Amino acid sequence: MHAHAQSEIHRHPLIAFVARWLLTTNHKEIGTLYLWLSFLLFFIAGGMAMLIRAELFEPGIQLLHPEFYNQMVTLHGLVMVFGAVMPAFVGLANWMIPIMIGAPDMALPRINNFSFWLLPFAFAMLLSSLFMEGGAPNFGWTFYAPLSTTYGPPSTDYFVFGVHLMGISSVLGAINIIVTILNLRAPGMTLMKMPLFVWTWLITAFLLIMAMPVLAAAVTMVLTDRHFGTSFFAAAGGGDPVMFQHIFWFFGHPEVYIMILPGFGIASQIIPTFARKPLFGYRSMVYATAAIAFLSFIVWGHHMFATGMPLAVELFFMYATMAIAIPTGVKVFNWVATMWQGSLTFETPMLFALGFVMMFTIGGFSGLMLALVPADFQYQDTFFVVAHFHYVLYPGAIFGTMAAVYYWLPKWTGHRYDERLGKIHFWLATIGVNLTFFPMHFSGLAGMPRRVVDYSLQFADFNRISSIGAALLGLTQLLFLYIVIKTIRGGEKASDRVWEGARGLEWTIPSPAPHHTFETPPALARVLDAQPTPAEPAGAGAGATLR
Amino acid sequence: MKYSPNNSRKHAIVLMIAAAGMFAFGFALVPLYRTFCELTGLNGRTVAGARAAVSAPATQREVTIQFLAQAANGMPWEFRPVEKELRVRLGAINTTRFYVRNRAGTAVTGQAVPSVAPGRAAPYLNKLECFCFANQRVEAGAETEMPVRFYIATDLPQQIRTLTLSYTFFQVPSS
Repeated sequence: MHAHAQSEIHRHPLIAFVARWLLTTNHKEIGTLYLWLSFLLFFIAGGMAMLIRAELFEPGIQLLHPEFYNQMVTLHGLVMVFGAVMPAFVGLANWMIPIMIGAPDMALPRINNFSFWLLPFAFAMLLSSLFMEGGAPNFGWTFYAPLSTTYGPPSTDYFVFGVHLMGISSVLGAINIIVTILNLRAPGMTLMKMPLFVWTWLITAFLLIMAMPVLAAAVTMVLTDRHFGTSFFAAAGGGDPVMFQHIFWFFGHPEVYIMILPGFGIASQIIPTFARKPLFGYRSMVYATAAIAFLSFIVWGHHMFATGMPLAVELFFMYATMAIAIPTGVKVFNWVATMWQGSLTFETPMLFALGFVMMFTIGGFSGLMLALVPADFQYQDTFFVVAHFHYVLYPGAIFGTMAAVYYWLPKWTGHRYDERLGKIHFWLATIGVNLTFFPMHFSGLAGMPRRVVDYSLQFADFNRISSIGAALLGLTQLLFLYIVIKTIRGGEKASDRVWEGARGLEWTIPSPAPHHTFETPPALARVLDAQPTPAEPAGAGAGATLR
Repeated sequence: MKYSPNNSRKHAIVLMIAAAGMFAFGFALVPLYRTFCELTGLNGRTVAGARAAVSAPATQREVTIQFLAQAANGMPWEFRPVEKELRVRLGAINTTRFYVRNRAGTAVTGQAVPSVAPGRAAPYLNKLECFCFANQRVEAGAETEMPVRFYIATDLPQQIRTLTLSYTFFQVPSS
C-alpha cells in the first residue's frame, strides 16, 4: 500500500491520466470508455454514410471511385454494427447494471478492462486497411465467399483478425455481465424483480456467447481458405459457397437481436418513468424477450430465400420468422398499455423512447413483408431491404441508446442537460431518419438494387430526398455531441431521483454517481421500494414479494 | 447484509467453455451441412457411396438426362458434352462422353465437380465410372474424351421427367 501511494505522488499528470484510464477496473469508468469509443466510431461510420449518400445524390458516378464506394459500404456496416451499436450497449450495461442490481462493481473487473481495451486495437486494425495497397475490404459487411476468399483484397486478413478481437471482446463482456447478474444482485433482488434493462441484457449476453464464436469460426474458415489451402467455401475443393451463408447467418440473425434487445430494455425503463405508472406486463416482457432470443436461432434461412432452398425449408423459415412478430407484438402492446391513462410528460428521453416504439414498429412491419417468400424474391437485394434494416437499427438501436444517454446523463454527470436543445435534437433526428430512409422503401419496391454506386434515372428523386435527409441526420448528431459535452461541463444540478416518476436503485444514489457505490449491499427495504413492479395487494402474491 | 454465495469463478469458467464449444460448433456446421445435403439430396450433391450399387432390372419408364459442362474461371480448357442429352430407361446402364482440350501451353491437372438438378433427383443418379472420381491430367494442347457410366434408379419419383447433370472443371494447383 505504501509503495502504491508513493508512486501515485511522483507520477507526471499525463502519465497518471493515461494510467488511470488504461488500468481502470471501475465499472463506471469502463462504461464511460465504451460510450466514448462508440461515439467516436459512430461519427467515423456516419462520415462514411455521408460519402455514400453524397455519391448517390444524383445518378452517375461523381465523387467516389466504384471500388472505394464498395469499401465505404463495407466499413460503414462493420463499424456501425461492431463499433457503434454494440459497444454503446456494453457501455450502458457497464455503467448501469451494477447500480441497478445493487452490486459494488462488475464481477470480473480485470476482464472488463481487457475486453474494452481490445476494441481500440481491433478498430485501428480494421480501419488501417483503408490505407493499404489494394484498399479496404470491399465485399459488404456480410463478407460472402467467394468475394472475401477468392476475390478479397489483401487487407481482408486485417479484417479477419479485427473481427476476432471484437468477438473476444464481446464474449468476455457478455460473460462478465452474466456472472455479475447471477452473483452480485443485492439480497431481495430476485431474478423476477430485476429492472427490464438488466433482464434484456442478461438474455443478450447469452445470445452473444452463442453467436459470436460462430462468427469467429466463419472468419477463421475464410482465413484458412485464403492462405492454408482449405476449401470450406471453394467448390473446386469440394466446399460450398452457399454454406458460408448458412454459417454467417446462423451468427447474423441472433446478432440483429443482440443489437435491439437492450433497446427494448431501455424503452421499458423510460416509458414507465414518464407515464408515472409501473410497466404493464413485466412477466410477459421477460418471457417475450426470451422467446425472441430463442426464435432468433431458427430463422437464419430468411436471409437466403433466393439461394434455391427447397420449398419445405422456405416454408419453415417463413413461418418461424413471422412467429417473431408475436412476442414483439406483446412488447409493443405492453409499452402502449403502460402509457394508457398515465400522467405523460414528454422530456427528451421519453421522446426518443416513443420514437423508438413508433419507428421500430415500422421496421418490424417491413420485416414481415420481407419474411414472405414470394414477396422476398422481389425485394431481395433491393433498397427495400436497406430501408427495413435502417428502420430497425437507427430509430431502434440508436434512438434507444440516445434515449438511455438522456435518461441517465444527469445521474452520470450530476447536471441536467439542456431540455430545449434535447428536444430540438430529437425532432431534427426524427425528421432526418424518415427523410433518409422512408423513400428507400419506394426506390426499393421500384427495383433499385442495393450496394450500387450508380443507378437508373427513374430513382433520382427518391435518392435526392434520401441524401438531403442523410445530411440533416448526420449534422444533427453534432448537436448531440455538443449537448453531451455541455452537460458534462456544467448545468443545473440534478437531484438524486432526477425524474419525478423514476423507480430503481440507480435513483437512490447521489448524482453524479460516486466512484464507488453499494460497497455494502443496499438494505432490503430500499431494494423492495425500488422494484419495477408495485407492491402487490395484500393477499395474492404478497408472501413472495416480502420473502 | 451480504451478497449471496459468490460463484463468479465457476460461472465464468462454465461460460468460457460454452463460448469455446460454440466456436467448435461453428466448424461442426461444415460436416453437418454436408451430411444434411447428402441425406436429403438438397444442393444437387451426388452420393459417393452409390458407385458400387448394382443396377436393378431395367424398366420401361424413360426420362431425359441433359448434360452441361463448364471450365471454371481461369481454367484453360475447352470442355463440353459430346451428347447434349439422352433418353434413358430407368435401371439401364448408359455411357456418355465429355470432350476436353487443353488450350494452355503446359500440362494442366483438373478436377471436375458434379451437380444434379433438380436436387431431389441427385440420390437416384448412380455413377459407375466417372472422370470426376479422380484428378484428370491433360498434356499441353492435347484433347481427349472422358466417359461417364451411370444408371438412374428405378424408384425415381414419378414427377421427375428431366434431369440435368452438370460438371465444372477446376484447376488443381500444380505443386
